[in-house]
Amino acid sequence: MLVLISDKIKIKLSFVSGVIFWTLFTSSIIYSLFIQNYNLSVSFSSLFPKVCLTGFILSVFSYYRFIITKVDTFNFIDLLWKVFITGLVTTLISLALRFFLSVFANSTLVENPITINFFYCILIGLVMIYMISTFMVWKKLILYQKSKKLLRLWQFFELVLLASYFFDFLEVKLGEPRFNFILVLLAISSIMLIFNLKWIAYLNFKQKWKSMLFILLSAIYLYGFSKNLLQFSNTDSLIIDLFDRSFIWGMYGFLLFYAIISILVILFNLPTSSVFEKTLKEALDFQKLSQSIPRGETKNQTYEFLLDSSMSAVFATAAWLEIKEDTKISKVIRNLKEKDILKIKSTLNGSIIKSILDLELTYKINSGKFIHKLKHPQYKSIVALPILIQGNQVGFIALLSEVSNAFNPEMINIITTFVNQASISLENLSLVQESIENERYKEQLKIAKNVQKSLLPTKLINNDYLTMAAFSMAADEVGGDYYDILEYQKNKFGLIIADVSGKGTSAAFQMALMKGIFHSLGTQGVTPKDFNKKANTALSQCLELQVFITATYFDIDSEKNILHFSRAGHCPSLYYCKKENTVNYLNADGMGLGMLRNISYHNYVHSKTLKYEEEDALLLYTDGITEARNRKGEQFGSERLKKSFASHAFKLAEGIKEGIKTDLSTFIEEVVIDDDYTLVIIQFKKTTKKWLK
Amino acid sequence: MAEINSENINEIHFIHINGEIDAQTSIYLDNALKNAVISNEKKIIVDLLRLEYISSAGLGVFISYLDEFKIQDICMVLFGISEKVKHVFDILGLNKLLTIVETKEQAIDSFA
Repeated sequence: MLVLISDKIKIKLSFVSGVIFWTLFTSSIIYSLFIQNYNLSVSFSSLFPKVCLTGFILSVFSYYRFIITKVDTFNFIDLLWKVFITGLVTTLISLALRFFLSVFANSTLVENPITINFFYCILIGLVMIYMISTFMVWKKLILYQKSKKLLRLWQFFELVLLASYFFDFLEVKLGEPRFNFILVLLAISSIMLIFNLKWIAYLNFKQKWKSMLFILLSAIYLYGFSKNLLQFSNTDSLIIDLFDRSFIWGMYGFLLFYAIISILVILFNLPTSSVFEKTLKEALDFQKLSQSIPRGETKNQTYEFLLDSSMSAVFATAAWLEIKEDTKISKVIRNLKEKDILKIKSTLNGSIIKSILDLELTYKINSGKFIHKLKHPQYKSIVALPILIQGNQVGFIALLSEVSNAFNPEMINIITTFVNQASISLENLSLVQESIENERYKEQLKIAKNVQKSLLPTKLINNDYLTMAAFSMAADEVGGDYYDILEYQKNKFGLIIADVSGKGTSAAFQMALMKGIFHSLGTQGVTPKDFNKKANTALSQCLELQVFITATYFDIDSEKNILHFSRAGHCPSLYYCKKENTVNYLNADGMGLGMLRNISYHNYVHSKTLKYEEEDALLLYTDGITEARNRKGEQFGSERLKKSFASHAFKLAEGIKEGIKTDLSTFIEEVVIDDDYTLVIIQFKKTTKKWLK
Repeated sequence: MAEINSENINEIHFIHINGEIDAQTSIYLDNALKNAVISNEKKIIVDLLRLEYISSAGLGVFISYLDEFKIQDICMVLFGISEKVKHVFDILGLNKLLTIVETKEQAIDSFA
């Protein structure tokens, strides 16, 4: 249940219970005074006020626990400010009480124990509020960047403090050995704690001054409270005297000592804080630099930032930066004129630093060489660092000082990290641009692939006389394998398989060429021999010298069941004869298209004719199939292909295709075929009636 | 992987081809032939004894020099061709355009 209550409600509850306990405590004190004064025979336990006080203290603890400890802020100045304000308010109230008492000094009202005790109760409330709030803030400061050991020590301290509180119920007076024992225990544990001052290191110069002031004031408040309490303690009319309590002593001592130690440590840290601040700024600059490009800043903003942070890091009075970008050189200049730059460059003639300034650094040099003296009326020393991207000097940063020997190797280290970070940012930027280029290139390849795919027939012939199945795969995005079929007259077909030498995008373009030739010659119903002759003439005009195309052209007459073909250097097709149950290569002499680019090519063109029968099949393929290799480097080869075809030839065209594909992939296992490969199966289904007669 | 070495022995330019000639390595073959033409060699013997494989791109290189050789009256003879490579040459019809002999001696004799 308690867990479910929000922190806000817990704070309110603590506040209300604090008020109630304090009221109960005060009234019980006054009540017991009445009993004392009038000697009433009422039994009133002396324990009751103590219990109420305990309740009050616990409420205040819980209140500040939620207000201070639970807040996830490490703004130390804010925390100290809270202590300061609480102290101010409580001190002002206690001063008002003191003022009231001194105004009415010697009057009966003021000398009345009831008034004194009532005022004392108010003071107790104020002191407890102030001490506990300060205690909580000190706790937060001590436990900043806590270790497990420190946390245990703190828990021990709190435990001793708690023990001391209940010890006070025993009414042991100040000065007794048992009392002193507890005090010593508290002192030891506080001393071990108060030197945890890590938070101070994170303050800048201004913050240190502020914290010192706040802590000093909190210590003064503490002192004021102790004086105030002491005055009451001396009146001898108190029912409960806080000074009889080891708990108060322990807490008071802890708070005061921590305040004093903090002030001293801050004081001694003041001179070094500028160094720390500088390092912190450098670290932040470094971070900014590394984020500048991803943040979408332009190159120039990065240059400017690099120059400015480097300047402030080495106290340079003037500086400039030059970076090669494509053809031009971009410059950023600070507190300098162009003619100064030329003058400085001319005075450095012959030194290594000059080669840096001329962007001509070709080898790695010792960073000590980056610093140089200057013979210039205004500037006495220079440091110049090359900016390298992928080992090449693309620019430099030059920093000038009016003092001679102004730069030291540590400074170079700092600027080097700046420069390196900037180079990385710039490199990243160019990588991003490169990958965009790449993306664009891939996009274009994709388009080429789509174009190439559209060159292959989308609809295969599938009628009463012929069924066809085909499969084609490119090694690269685009390939150079081509097959196609067209019906140039009723039941008369032109069929081609072709393979452009080489692979890739250029091969795909030659393939488009081949398609043009096939569709212009094929529709005219030319003979296979004429097809190859004319294709060779056409291609001789436009193919690159190294490129040739192998092809086999078939003329199928499905009325007469005649297959007529001419092979132009393409790997021989396989023929399955159902009647004899044999598979054979269709060998015929021939030469690749574009290999011989004159009329003598005609001498090498031959053709063959054969008559086919029902369920005979023809397998066209490209050398990607036979040259596919397994991991041992063995080729699939024409013999394996022949066997594979034979074992699947009884199936339908689609089944033959799948069967050969499976055999091939079993053979090569997971090796990727590094060539375009194509399979085309033509199955002769039915012989025509004419022929049957 | 391919290694192509050229040497001149008794006015004959020898080109030794080792390994596999594919689309990438065909450039080396092209360079070797180009150099032979530039240095005005008239008698070229190509040693294919250690040629393991030649792709269509590699064959294209040989083909691309046929006209040039004819014009410049350069004579090129190939020898030591393996059965597998020979098969590729035959299918393509390249055997009809190139002078292919079996041994180095035959190749040298062919110039006599």
